[in-house]
Amino acid sequence: MSEPIIEVRHLSKRFGRNEVLRDLDFSVLPGEVISIIGASGSGKSTLLRCINLLEEPTGGSILFHGQEVTAPGTDPCALRARVGMVFQGFNLFNNMTVLENCVAGQRKVLRRSREEARANAMAHLEKVGMASYINAKPRQLSGGQKQRVAIARALAMDPEVLLFDEPTSALDPQMVGEVLEVMRQLAAEGLTMLVVTHEMAFARDVSSRVVYMADGVICEQGAPAQLFGAPQNPRTREFLSRFNSR
Amino acid sequence: MSLPPESDFFGRILFLLQSYGGSYLRGAWVTMVIALISTFIGCVIGFAAGILQTIPADRRRAPARFWLLRAVRLLLDVYVEVFRGTPMMVQAMFIFYGAASLFGINMDMWTAALLIVSVNTGAYMAETVRGGILSIDPGQTEGAKALGMTHFQTMTSVVLPQALRNILPQIGNNLIINIKDTCVLSVIGVVELFSAAKGVAGVYYTFFESFAITMVIYFVLTFACSRLLRLWEKRLDGPENYDLVLADGLVQGEGMYRYPKNPAQPNADLRARQLWDAQEGLRDGKSNGAQSERGRGE
Ligand SMILES: Nc1ncnc2c1ncn2[C@@H]1O[C@H](COP(=O)(O)OP(=O)(O)OP(=O)(O)O)[C@@H](O)[C@H]1O
Ligand SMILES: [Mg+2]
Repeated sequence: MSEPIIEVRHLSKRFGRNEVLRDLDFSVLPGEVISIIGASGSGKSTLLRCINLLEEPTGGSILFHGQEVTAPGTDPCALRARVGMVFQGFNLFNNMTVLENCVAGQRKVLRRSREEARANAMAHLEKVGMASYINAKPRQLSGGQKQRVAIARALAMDPEVLLFDEPTSALDPQMVGEVLEVMRQLAAEGLTMLVVTHEMAFARDVSSRVVYMADGVICEQGAPAQLFGAPQNPRTREFLSRFNSR
Repeated sequence: MSLPPESDFFGRILFLLQSYGGSYLRGAWVTMVIALISTFIGCVIGFAAGILQTIPADRRRAPARFWLLRAVRLLLDVYVEVFRGTPMMVQAMFIFYGAASLFGINMDMWTAALLIVSVNTGAYMAETVRGGILSIDPGQTEGAKALGMTHFQTMTSVVLPQALRNILPQIGNNLIINIKDTCVLSVIGVVELFSAAKGVAGVYYTFFESFAITMVIYFVLTFACSRLLRLWEKRLDGPENYDLVLADGLVQGEGMYRYPKNPAQPNADLRARQLWDAQEGLRDGKSNGAQSERGRGE
């Protein structure tokens, strides 16, 4: 049994008096592809953002390879360099070209040489099918292209885990496929992934575990076949029935 | 030397230029040096202040930093309000004579001039820079943070370059205002363009002629600066279009591939090879495959 990469213990998060995550326990093993599903406002994004400390937890702890990263005095930058994130809104740097977007983090954070960063960026851009656009600025790309560049940018850091927060929600339907295809490929290569998604087909077919969240807690989790085929919790059943009836 | 007795307006202007051209030029030089240097220093002050205003500090995680920043911000607010809220001419008198009588410091003309105009510009720029930073969407800051960049790295490589571009018109504005407003420094004895023109005018009482010359000089200076800044803006924007390193895999022809023009460039070879590989990859049907599978996600 391998050690978990990430362990979340008794995590809670409040925004003012709004308790968004309550005493949540959760762990990620190497190679897992975990889909997080749940209704809007159930705290999925907040959980993801707490994991790489973009959001400061108000209680509990998060361990990365057994090290508590929520302890005072730990450097969140060091954690974020090893845990990549892909956002719903792409969040590309508008002042840089596609290639520069993928090189900047490697140069500044990982202190890689120009040549090494460039070669690595090119390799990942090729993987997502964006190698021909290296000279383009983000504003000149379509949504699907931007998201693929954002994935390449995250991959270029060689992260141990990649977090996706609804990577296809801001895309036109015809662009969703190209991004999902890239993610499917990454999953097949064994990348550890944590994906918040409303794409039930992706959750069912690609992930190794599906987590259903409601009201700031994990309501039910398990293998996709089990969770989609025979959900135990009535709330899960109700949530999924809305999707199945579509 | 004396004014030619029966000269008309243009004759008198010609005479002034011939005999006092050097004074005007020296004045214009002083004006430009003060305006350029203090706009630059003012921008540095403005950027420093703007950055200080936007440093995040968590009250719980780093209380010392939080309170320190609070204090610094209060001081900055006072600075901005005081210098924006009083005339520069009065500030010049206040600082120049205040330094002399309170601290016994006799500032030389240059120090006084640069100090006053810089500090003034800084007060305006602080707000401009803060606005410029806030105008960059926070998503990009998050993107940088998520890569592990520090606040400083995020600022210098992502936010500030874009903020600078956005506030460039304001910087230009400040430069032009400074070129014109250095004339108030004549009250503390700085011999810039206005002061020089007044001096020349007084010799033969040719006020109209002397200030006609001065008007033209000021206008040429400000107009040239505003055009140069426009050019700089264009440069920063980069090209409107981008070169596709290779076109769609389906229509890609051999002839479309361009080798880098400069083989002496150290990275050119590596780059060419990578581009070539990328092209090969696409031609092998990678993109075609992706295209036909597009529909499967739904
Ligand atoms: N920065 C914030 N300040 C205050 N409240 C917030 C903040 N971010 C999120 N919340 C609240 O936390 C709750 C959970 O938000 P979260 O974004 O995690 O939901 P989600 O499950 O990702 O929903 P969606 O599917 O719509 O993205 C919501 O009620 C939201 O209003
Ligand atoms: Mg969300």
